[in-house]
Amino acid sequence: MWQLLQIELLKIFRKPRTYISFGAIAAMVIIIQIALKFDGQSYIEFLTGSLKDSLEIPYTNILNGYFVCFIILNLLLIHIPLLIALVAGDSIAGEANMGTLRLIASKPVSRTGLMLAKFMATIIYTALLLIWLAFISLLISILIFGTNDILIARNDALEIIQRNDVLWRYMAAFAFATLALTTVAALAFLLSVFADNSVGPIVSTISIVIVFTILSEMQIPLYDRTIKPFLFTSHMLAWKGFFYSKVDSGGSSLPGTIENIRAIGKSSLILVLYIIGFVSAAIYAFNKKDILS
Amino acid sequence: MNEQRELLSVVFCSQQMSLVTVSHLSKKFRSHNAVDDLSFSVEEGDVYGFLGQNGAGKSTTIRMLLTLVRPTSGHIDIFGLNLNKERKKILSQIGAVIEKPDLYKYLSAYENLSLFARMSGFINSKKELNAQLEMVGLAGRETDLVKTFSQGMKQRLGIAVALIHNPRLIILDEPTNGLDPQGIADMRNLILHLSRHLHKTVIVSSHLLNEIEQISNRMLIIDEGKKIVEGTVESLTDPARTLVEVTVDNPIAATSRIESSSWFCYLIKTENNHLIFQLPKHLIPELNRSLVQLEINVLSLQAKNSLEAQFLSLTRSKQNVAAFTD
Repeated sequence: MWQLLQIELLKIFRKPRTYISFGAIAAMVIIIQIALKFDGQSYIEFLTGSLKDSLEIPYTNILNGYFVCFIILNLLLIHIPLLIALVAGDSIAGEANMGTLRLIASKPVSRTGLMLAKFMATIIYTALLLIWLAFISLLISILIFGTNDILIARNDALEIIQRNDVLWRYMAAFAFATLALTTVAALAFLLSVFADNSVGPIVSTISIVIVFTILSEMQIPLYDRTIKPFLFTSHMLAWKGFFYSKVDSGGSSLPGTIENIRAIGKSSLILVLYIIGFVSAAIYAFNKKDILS
Repeated sequence: MNEQRELLSVVFCSQQMSLVTVSHLSKKFRSHNAVDDLSFSVEEGDVYGFLGQNGAGKSTTIRMLLTLVRPTSGHIDIFGLNLNKERKKILSQIGAVIEKPDLYKYLSAYENLSLFARMSGFINSKKELNAQLEMVGLAGRETDLVKTFSQGMKQRLGIAVALIHNPRLIILDEPTNGLDPQGIADMRNLILHLSRHLHKTVIVSSHLLNEIEQISNRMLIIDEGKKIVEGTVESLTDPARTLVEVTVDNPIAATSRIESSSWFCYLIKTENNHLIFQLPKHLIPELNRSLVQLEINVLSLQAKNSLEAQFLSLTRSKQNVAAFTD
């Protein structure tokens, strides 16, 4: 298995397409950082809205590396599934299109082993993409903007998390985001088994994510109980929960706490079940598949 | 101990049985029978030619031998082992080039070779891998990306990949496709080298019949998924089994008259207005006289000796060729 995993990693990281995602993330993050560096105050005024009339907002303190990273994650984590699908959707279909699938499937390795190695390589790619995102959105933002307490906007209220209570929340949020994006990778991986070129699975994955996201965001009571709780997209943004801490009687955030850890745990479980379901279906379908490409 | 016993049993079996035994193999894609009740065997040391028109079922059969396609029915034994049960053990001793030698274009020749050797369970030294590339004429191009290679170079690299783990059985599906005349000659020489000097068993499919005629000692002709004929190349081009194609104006009447004559036992096929006989070459003049005596209007009579003529006579491709030659 280790041997197969090494081979799959070699294939992913020698393919130029892989680096589109890293480049795209770097470009988007840098564009946001430049915009906030030169016109951050306008953006914070827009975020704080009517609150600025009743409160004195310390703009220079708010615009710090932690806050910039939070903005970047809010803006980008919705779009990163597209970049994940680029590689995961290519994993089987790309090989079928290149004609190498018949060659690897006629080697003395089990199809299940091959699929597991491919999926593990996809998880590693996803994790590296998130580490890259963390590096440039958190570390570079800290270098540019410095650190301070972080202001979190929640339902017309503002919550302040102290600077020494932030870093672990980011680590947890990035770990959760890896799980969420692995779900998208697993979906693209499954669709990849049924196609002979990677465009189909990539487009299909993005279409499903878009449709599910729209359903997750729609405020229709009928869907709130029947469909939404079971859509993986409803749980993909649960990373934000790590930035919602418990508050004391005076309304101040309690350091080291998470308001609703059970909700995050439930979302994690649902995403894990989706991953298991998608990957199991992919392995089953691949084991039954006649390789004619 | 058990492994030793198993190995001994494999060796024993391989001495007793064919290297490849295919029995009543069928593959159905929805309503289309790609392979229909096909049985054949390949002996150790054979260069086994697998002939058929495009769409005859050659590639599907080869893919079933390599476990890429699941048979609808029938079974395959290779090295005396059941392919279903001993897939990994069997595939570790097979090297294959399936149609085009598609490799990872963004990797170098060396990386491709190393990658597939590792997938076959072999860790080869750099020296061994370079020696293999040298053997197929790719010395000096080891670090070049495959996307810069010509079709012939890719084919040679594909052969290197197929041979890197020193397989006992080599399967080549249409290995001369897309090659120039020099490439085709190189491929022919390579197959002969594998058979004569390295004593490998080779199954090679092609629609270039003269190529198969030059390199194979045994062969199988299939058409529409069915076995048409299997045997040694010599027996199929044997003058004692010459094919004679007789074109008549009224095939129904002609067949009826032949049925009542002693020539009926030589009639093997009737197709459109062609009657195909298989008989010793010296009987052809007598056949000609008898047809006239039977008052059959003969429009033409052609004896066919070469493998290609046999093949065209025995398969539906004759119709396609006729369309161009009439």
